[in-house]
Amino acid sequence: MSMSAFCLLRIMVNGTKMSSLCHRICYRWSSLRITGLVFSSKQETKVLPKASYSLRSWSGFNTHPCLLTQKLWRLENPNLNSSAADSPPSKEDGTARFTESSILLNTNQNLGKTEPSRLAIDVQPVALDDAPHPSLFEEISEEEALRIEASPPLPPTSFTLRDYVDQSETLTKLVLLGMDLSKLKMRPNVANMLLRLDFDRDIKGRLLFLKDVGVDDQLLGAFLTRNPFILTEDIENLQMRIQYLQSKKFSKEAISRMVSRAPYLLNFSVERLDNRLGFYQKELGLNVQKTRDLVTRLPRLLTGSLEPVKENLKVCRIELGFRENEIQHMVTNVPKLLLASKKKVTRLFDYLHNTMGIPHHLITKFPQVFNGKFLRIKDRHLFLEHLGRAQYDPTQPNYISLDKLVATPDDVFCVEIAKGTLLDFEAFQKTL
Amino acid sequence: MVVCLQADKMVRLKWPLFQTLRGVFAVYKPPGIHWKRLRDTVETKLLKELNSLEQRVPRQQIRFLPSFTEGENGVETSLTVAQLPVLADHPRVKGPKFVGLKVGAGHRLDLRSSGVLVLGVGNGNQQLVHLHDRHLTKEYNIQGSFGTATEDFSDTGRLIERTTYDHITLERLERIIAVIQGIHQRALLTYSGIDLKSQEAYELASRGLLRPMHKSPPIITAIRCVHFSPPNFTLAIQCLHETQQYLRKVIHEIGLELKSSAVCTHVRRTRDGIFTVEDALVRTRWDLHSIQAAIQDSRSKVNATLGATVTSQGKTCPLGSKARRGGAGVQDPHQWGRMHTVHGF
Repeated sequence: MSMSAFCLLRIMVNGTKMSSLCHRICYRWSSLRITGLVFSSKQETKVLPKASYSLRSWSGFNTHPCLLTQKLWRLENPNLNSSAADSPPSKEDGTARFTESSILLNTNQNLGKTEPSRLAIDVQPVALDDAPHPSLFEEISEEEALRIEASPPLPPTSFTLRDYVDQSETLTKLVLLGMDLSKLKMRPNVANMLLRLDFDRDIKGRLLFLKDVGVDDQLLGAFLTRNPFILTEDIENLQMRIQYLQSKKFSKEAISRMVSRAPYLLNFSVERLDNRLGFYQKELGLNVQKTRDLVTRLPRLLTGSLEPVKENLKVCRIELGFRENEIQHMVTNVPKLLLASKKKVTRLFDYLHNTMGIPHHLITKFPQVFNGKFLRIKDRHLFLEHLGRAQYDPTQPNYISLDKLVATPDDVFCVEIAKGTLLDFEAFQKTL
Repeated sequence: MVVCLQADKMVRLKWPLFQTLRGVFAVYKPPGIHWKRLRDTVETKLLKELNSLEQRVPRQQIRFLPSFTEGENGVETSLTVAQLPVLADHPRVKGPKFVGLKVGAGHRLDLRSSGVLVLGVGNGNQQLVHLHDRHLTKEYNIQGSFGTATEDFSDTGRLIERTTYDHITLERLERIIAVIQGIHQRALLTYSGIDLKSQEAYELASRGLLRPMHKSPPIITAIRCVHFSPPNFTLAIQCLHETQQYLRKVIHEIGLELKSSAVCTHVRRTRDGIFTVEDALVRTRWDLHSIQAAIQDSRSKVNATLGATVTSQGKTCPLGSKARRGGAGVQDPHQWGRMHTVHGF
């Protein structure tokens, strides 16, 4: 009897079996409250928008407060009443977790100033006789007494996960793995989702799967921070996608590299991945091996939208006037060209071609100029011009190649290429 | 007091950093960058370095954890004491310590112009306000070119007309420049707010201390030609309360006066009050260490400028008060002596 009551006290922050005397007391009080609510308020409407508005007004700094709203446990499901302690309500039930802590605070701390509108209430008519009420004055065993960990009650809603991280085994383990929860609190649904997960059941399997794929342990934290939704993906789907990639003859290292660098890759369905690979092969006119290399080097090509890539290709062909084979060569060497901002690419190309006078074939030979920053190239070119060393034609003496212009650090550039000093360069920059 | 916005509450920087990171410094703005973006870049770089220097020590808490031991009656639970760090203080949960820094910009520069831009950090923002109230002059180097006139007075605007410029000589240009200076001299006298017939006005004017201490239209206190090779020419202008577009318009008007047309190719600020190009930090030097050094160097100059203002009655006002009486202010140390060739005064 006490065990069933104990299991009823499943808190939203699950993982640790927290039970406390006050919780049990409050549960009894709150169950009466719930019934009170059921009878008095006929509304069964969800008041979630109102709740979020009222809480948003005091959340201060955050523009996207992470509201950990809670749903009342639907008391219509009498199965859960008598379930054993070690079989938690599974996902198939479809019921949300019982968050009696919310009701605790409502009843305890608000001192009768009830705010049922603060919670999303989905109340259903309840069969009162089904819910057993254990007695407060029952004797409990030593084991149970030891397991009682009296800690201050958790806040029902919060805009940060700091309030829950110490009590939740899931969150603790995620932090120790390397996940950055401070970045995730800005994203609206992620925190809610993380709190609902159970480490042993949900997360462990997927982490082992990722390890099999080949994601490095150090990178796992960053991976999860970028894509926490992988923890809710179906494992069969994930395995299917890996099999699809293997069928396309991507090597194991290639797959692990792709997955590490594009964390959202495995959330995409097989059809989507197929579409994208086909698109790149068709548009760029590359053979299969080269497409594979391209995608392995920049797996973000598969996860991003295709519209910017199409725009960039159009710009390269029409505005900049590159031929097809030149585009192929540049893209295989510098795949970032496909995802770069077209304004920046046009600005850089305009300066290179019209002001510096560099012809198309030279730019094709050194596509890494598109990696460089515009202001840097401009400053260096003007400095070289000032010194009279701006020679980019390979047939002439004192030729300076574009990759050296772009890639060398400032001091090396000043001393070796421009034959000046860093101070001269800075003094020159102040005259621009 | 330097107040940084932490993720959850305001924190104050630690004492040594706090002392060095408050004040005013100058950066060199390259052309083509909006001044706001520059200010944001400086703020982001400073925050990144401050966060990397910051070492957080998490609080410790005592937890009683259940442990299971084999006993005679089967598995027994007992409680063990453990001192664990509070995870809520972990940097991956709490986030970076510094999220915002108050960096303010002084007199702005528009997109196409370049030059000295004064920024203030923390307490320095207040000093920026005081420096603004001193109404110190600024110096510009403006490059122009004869022969074209455009809509927005610069070489990238829509073309309106083309003219010849063979008849323009240096002597004619200098004459026009003198006329302009005379006009602005009269404006200066009007806006200084001093009774022109008084002895005080004469003394200030002769010492070159006359300056409007309130809002006024743009006033050019000195202008001269430093380079002339038609069609290009360069002017050095010392002015007050100006905007860069106004200076471009001046170039356009000079072209009209010379019976030709001119556009402005570049506007470059070489001095803003007490900060010159030598004090300005180049783009590659926008890091914590260089900025601290720049603030340190400029501190004495700024304190000297803001330290005491002598009013027309000879009274000394303490630091922070704004001298509003008349046209008296701190003598602009970089002003080019007295006004020369005043017309019609």
